[in-house]
Amino acid sequence: MEASAIVFYTLASMAVVSAVMVVTRRSAVHAALFLVLTFFCVAGIYIVLSAEFLAAVQVLVYAGGVMVLYLFVIMLVPLQARPLKPPVRHVAGSLLLAGLLAASLISYFWNATPSATAREMGYPPAGGGNIEAVGMELYRRYLLPFEIASVTLLVAMIGAVVLARKKV
Amino acid sequence: MIPASHIMIFSMILFTVGMLGVLTRRNAIIVLMGIELMLNSANINFIAFSRQLGDMAGQIFGIFTIVVAAGEVAVGLAIIIALFRNKDTINIDEIDIMKG
Repeated sequence: MEASAIVFYTLASMAVVSAVMVVTRRSAVHAALFLVLTFFCVAGIYIVLSAEFLAAVQVLVYAGGVMVLYLFVIMLVPLQARPLKPPVRHVAGSLLLAGLLAASLISYFWNATPSATAREMGYPPAGGGNIEAVGMELYRRYLLPFEIASVTLLVAMIGAVVLARKKV
Repeated sequence: MIPASHIMIFSMILFTVGMLGVLTRRNAIIVLMGIELMLNSANINFIAFSRQLGDMAGQIFGIFTIVVAAGEVAVGLAIIIALFRNKDTINIDEIDIMKG
């Protein structure tokens, strides 16, 4: 087994274990910290899949921005007096649904071999590296979606400010 | 080279775990975390197919997914703060005024 495969399987199993911890921990702070670990593992997987720019963005946006937001809100909203326990019937139904979805898709993917394989040219791009390739694609072919994404972020920012502000 | 099907199975497992979090947890903040996990797993699929097909478009869409996820978290957490201010709870079983 080559080195990148070992790194991938290690990171993938770490990500799955910490994701399970996110949804099972009772304390929201612990869940948030395990979520950071999951995000870092996913960023490592992006590097293994030679998407280095996206890995950097993942660490900056998720582990930097989103996590600070989560921790602020967890600190602002006090802990519940009553434990938030779901009814057993509900958990059983959810487990059944999730298991069915996972089993059906995994059994499909297990034998699936995508017909196309990596082309000789273009990926990873010859010279310049991943960031230059992403930039070229983003500012040439996807310029309009890029501008719309910035408007989306502006709308989200204004919406968050309006929703969370104290009524005067 | 790691087979694409293994990456898809990994992202599938991550998606299922996130879905379980959304379905079973009662704390609205942790429900949002489950949605983050699901978005991340979709992103892994984009990257896997980008590598498999030798096309940069998957990575560009990954960036757009991250943009939308960041906006979603900002608005979602603002909604949680507004809910807590108005109803004094973030237990999603007690927030049922829309049920009629």
